[in-house]
Amino acid sequence: MSGLPARGLSRRALLGIPLLAAAAAGGGFYLLLRRMEAGRYDPHAVDNPLVGHPIPEFAALPAQAPAETGFGSADLRAAGRPVLVNFFASWCVPCRIEHPSLMALAKSGVPIWGIAYKDRSADAAKLLDEDGNPYARLARDESGRVSIDWGLYGVPETFLIDRGGIVRGHWAGPLSEDTVRDEVSPLLRKYA
Amino acid sequence: MIPELGHFALALAVVIAAAQAILPLIGAHRRDAALMASAPALAFGQFLALALAFGALLWSSVVSDFSVYNIAENSQSVKPLLYKITGIWGDHEGSILLWCLILAICGALVGVFGRALPASVRARVIGVLGATSAGFVLFSLTVSNPFVRLWPPPLEGHGMNPLLEDPGLAFHPPILYAGYVGFAIPFAFALAALIEGRVDAAWGRWVRPWALAAWAFLTGGIALGSWWSYYVLGWGGYWFWDPVENASLLPWLAGTALVHSAIVVEKRDALKIWTVLLAIGTFSMSLCGTFLVRSGILNSVHAFANDPARGVFILVLLALVIGTALALFAWRAPSLLPTGIFAPLSREGALVLNNILLCSIAAVVFTGTTYPLFAQLLAGAQLSVGAPFFNATVLPLAIPLFAAMVVGPMLSWKRAALAPALMRLWWVALAALAIGLIASLRTDALPAFGFAASAWLIAGAFAEIVERARLFRVSLGASLARLAGIPLAAWGAAIAHAGMGITVAGIAGMAIADHRIVAIHPGETVELGGYRWTLEDLRDAPGPNYTARLADIRVTRNGQTIALMSPGRRSYPLQRTATTDTAIRTNLLRDLYAVLGEERDGKAVLRLHVNILAPWIWLGALVMAFGGGLSLVDRRLRIGAPVRRAAARAVSA
Repeated sequence: MSGLPARGLSRRALLGIPLLAAAAAGGGFYLLLRRMEAGRYDPHAVDNPLVGHPIPEFAALPAQAPAETGFGSADLRAAGRPVLVNFFASWCVPCRIEHPSLMALAKSGVPIWGIAYKDRSADAAKLLDEDGNPYARLARDESGRVSIDWGLYGVPETFLIDRGGIVRGHWAGPLSEDTVRDEVSPLLRKYA
Repeated sequence: MIPELGHFALALAVVIAAAQAILPLIGAHRRDAALMASAPALAFGQFLALALAFGALLWSSVVSDFSVYNIAENSQSVKPLLYKITGIWGDHEGSILLWCLILAICGALVGVFGRALPASVRARVIGVLGATSAGFVLFSLTVSNPFVRLWPPPLEGHGMNPLLEDPGLAFHPPILYAGYVGFAIPFAFALAALIEGRVDAAWGRWVRPWALAAWAFLTGGIALGSWWSYYVLGWGGYWFWDPVENASLLPWLAGTALVHSAIVVEKRDALKIWTVLLAIGTFSMSLCGTFLVRSGILNSVHAFANDPARGVFILVLLALVIGTALALFAWRAPSLLPTGIFAPLSREGALVLNNILLCSIAAVVFTGTTYPLFAQLLAGAQLSVGAPFFNATVLPLAIPLFAAMVVGPMLSWKRAALAPALMRLWWVALAALAIGLIASLRTDALPAFGFAASAWLIAGAFAEIVERARLFRVSLGASLARLAGIPLAAWGAAIAHAGMGITVAGIAGMAIADHRIVAIHPGETVELGGYRWTLEDLRDAPGPNYTARLADIRVTRNGQTIALMSPGRRSYPLQRTATTDTAIRTNLLRDLYAVLGEERDGKAVLRLHVNILAPWIWLGALVMAFGGGLSLVDRRLRIGAPVRRAAARAVSA
């Protein structure tokens, strides 16, 4: 009979687990709410850990038509001026929404290097043929491996690389005219 | 004047709810019959007060009283009457009031249908519901008051979110809330049983119909929400594993487990502690689903206004309700001793397996939904968990669940043998194999497997019925006589299981759907899924409070016109928002789905889909809810039936 109280105790402890788990979850939610109130937590933000760090190393990616050569991390560092790297895909609707902003940027002389993300080469080429090609250089990442190293969240996504090969800006989602005017252009001037 | 009456009624409801919480609980503790008898009257009084408050808000909305802040923010004088009514729950304050009203209705229903319950149980159940009500109505009255006035009143309201001006969404919240809030009744029964210190077969019989009703509503509500996102959001998908969607899926999974484990309590007097925990867990998840989502803490595509201050109030309230329940559970559950013993391989064993799998799926979904939050909290890392995680983790758990759904009902209670049960399912396995092989000729392995699973579920759902009727083994007449004698609950279970199969077929069909994004000039034609889609015209069309841009598309097959579709974009100048108007043509076997995107240089971006079996996803959910309802009208399940029968026996003796 001496075993029974101990068994009763462990049973009691077991049945207390749901309460402890709920208490832990509640405490966590409370902390997050406090951080939200203090403006230190925004559930909708998409940060990229690369900002302020060198671009990830990657061997030259294959070319995406109409370009004849692709590019790698060495080419980006050797560009000698700030470059926008834009990940896009022909299957992505927001990319088409973003397209006019990229065309305008390219027309104003900003070099945009495009990486077609998980796209068939012919589809991407057709898109650029039909809608115009804003890209100074073009590569494709059909497997998506290199994009993972970049911490890609989705397409379209745009990075600003300074002449030293450091990531200085990051925008997830389509670049609107407002974003270009208020965020991209000032950063481009800063690192020109 | 009317809004003030509503405001007063809301305050009155708080007071009555507090009385409803205190008096019956004290009465049950002291065995004071008069105090216990006050419970139904108080529950009914709280319901009347909230109905009055709700009616006052309704009246203010219908007459467009823009001096009420809430109406000015969300309504407009030109808004159609239907949306003036349904717009009440289109915003935060109104939907909370609706939530409270449904909770009060639950209390009143227990008062009406619970007459056969022991007085102390009924008093405690209604008392617990009252305590819960008191907290949430107080929330509505203090920080989420729908009757706040605005001075000076504006001449015109802001109008509501155009996305919500849609018949599908108009009726989505009441049905979904009926499901969420309905689980308050099993929750209250669980707490009453913990206070009482007794859970027995009768408890299982009381709880199950309430759980089943809530489950049926929740199933319908989730399906309606998924259907809405399919045809309104125009992304071509039906389920995005978004936090708000997951928040409704979690109580559904737990509630499904509850509906099944309550059977074991009722029939075999086992799994008692587990069932009580599930009843508490299901309602807790419903609460988190309704309220935590509204605090804006979760990143969701379904935007709600973020208000962290309100969030803290909600969190304290949730901590009180859930914390009290779980503390009571930790304190009292050890005294609930199991009595029914069963072998692992038995009907009970299969239901335990079902519970384990359903709860594992719920745990996985919960982890995926909250992991980004806790990664942010503990590691400061920002990450998101998307569909690939959920697909990769839920599928392996769903496969054994589907297997158990068919094999389980063939097993006998207490102890069963697997081999005879499997032998009786040979024709089901054959049907699944045949469908799977036919599908694999035309699709990839995974969708083909989905079709096979669907055939397995649909055929298997009726295996028990076939077995009971001894179809093809005795004469047809004898079989029909047996069929007529099968209780409605068995039919309900079979139909609900078949509904799951129908949904699985729809999901498998969506996995092989064809889609294309094209940019074409009017007059051009593209091919997709064996159809020719011709963009005939791009035109403007005016609407009552929007302007629309429409694309006329003619879909032909073998030269014959199958459908004329006009997807469009609407822009609402007052709200400065735009919505997409998806065009869908269905023949129940496939959906033709077209969305108009941007226009450039005279070309329109169109997204075209041929979604095979897509309507089955929601059809299956409706069949599931119908099965639940059918099971509910079974005479054996009606509350109090056993008591009445006992009384009748006493008279005849």
